[in-house]
Amino acid sequence: MPNEEYLEGKYFIQGRDFVDAGIVSSEMKKYLKEKGIPEGIIRKVAVVTFEAEVNIISYAEQGTIKCYIEPDSVTIEARDIGVGIEDVELAQQEGYSTADDSIREMGFGAGMGLANIKNHSDEFEISSVPNEGTYLKSTIYLNGK
Amino acid sequence: MENNHTRKTQEMTLQTLIDELGLKCKCCWEKLGNEIEGGYAGDLLSDVMGNSKKGDIWVTRQVHLNIVAVASLKEHAGIVIVQGASPDKDTIEKAQKEGIPIMVSDLPEFELVGKIYHLMHHAQ
Repeated sequence: MPNEEYLEGKYFIQGRDFVDAGIVSSEMKKYLKEKGIPEGIIRKVAVVTFEAEVNIISYAEQGTIKCYIEPDSVTIEARDIGVGIEDVELAQQEGYSTADDSIREMGFGAGMGLANIKNHSDEFEISSVPNEGTYLKSTIYLNGK
Repeated sequence: MENNHTRKTQEMTLQTLIDELGLKCKCCWEKLGNEIEGGYAGDLLSDVMGNSKKGDIWVTRQVHLNIVAVASLKEHAGIVIVQGASPDKDTIEKAQKEGIPIMVSDLPEFELVGKIYHLMHHAQ
């Protein structure tokens, strides 16, 4: 766990609110820009945050996304209370999805979200307890790997 | 590397697409000078999120407002909605707010992408 003293931003997300996905990611992006984080890093964080946000909206009752800026990295932590994931390995496989039609109709639910997060992270961790919730952590190094 | 991603070889703006392909602009007219650096076609938001690039023109059949979030986060030059579909009112409002130009075309996605690709690589 990153030290709390590096806590930089915390955003609350209401589950099942598809009206406007991306608000948290957009706020996060503006915030990192103000902090002078390089554009290429911000673009990676935007992908990670957006997918984490969409997952919370799709599958959780509620959740939070936190962002920690450290001298050599940016870390995104997403935590939710919700249905959780039975098999986190399977859930990371591209194309695997449990999305219902309401999610798919909006162009989500293709089973690419976690794969996107993983591909845009330098370090990636996920753990979940079914019917309790999911924890996800993504770290992006400021100077590449 | 990315199978349906392309980078241009000719200078091109959104206005070029409007002039050459008869697209209709729905919002952010002041941004039609945005330069197009490449293009991406897709209707799955995570696919576009993961694979499109900054400065892309994004061609899609999706009309709901979440396309604006994707285009804004990825810093696309603009969005073209195909097949004569109309963006939702909320979509236009959000696009106006975020400064993402949305254009529409009556052409099917395949045909429009082909024409844009041709313009990018064979203009003049």
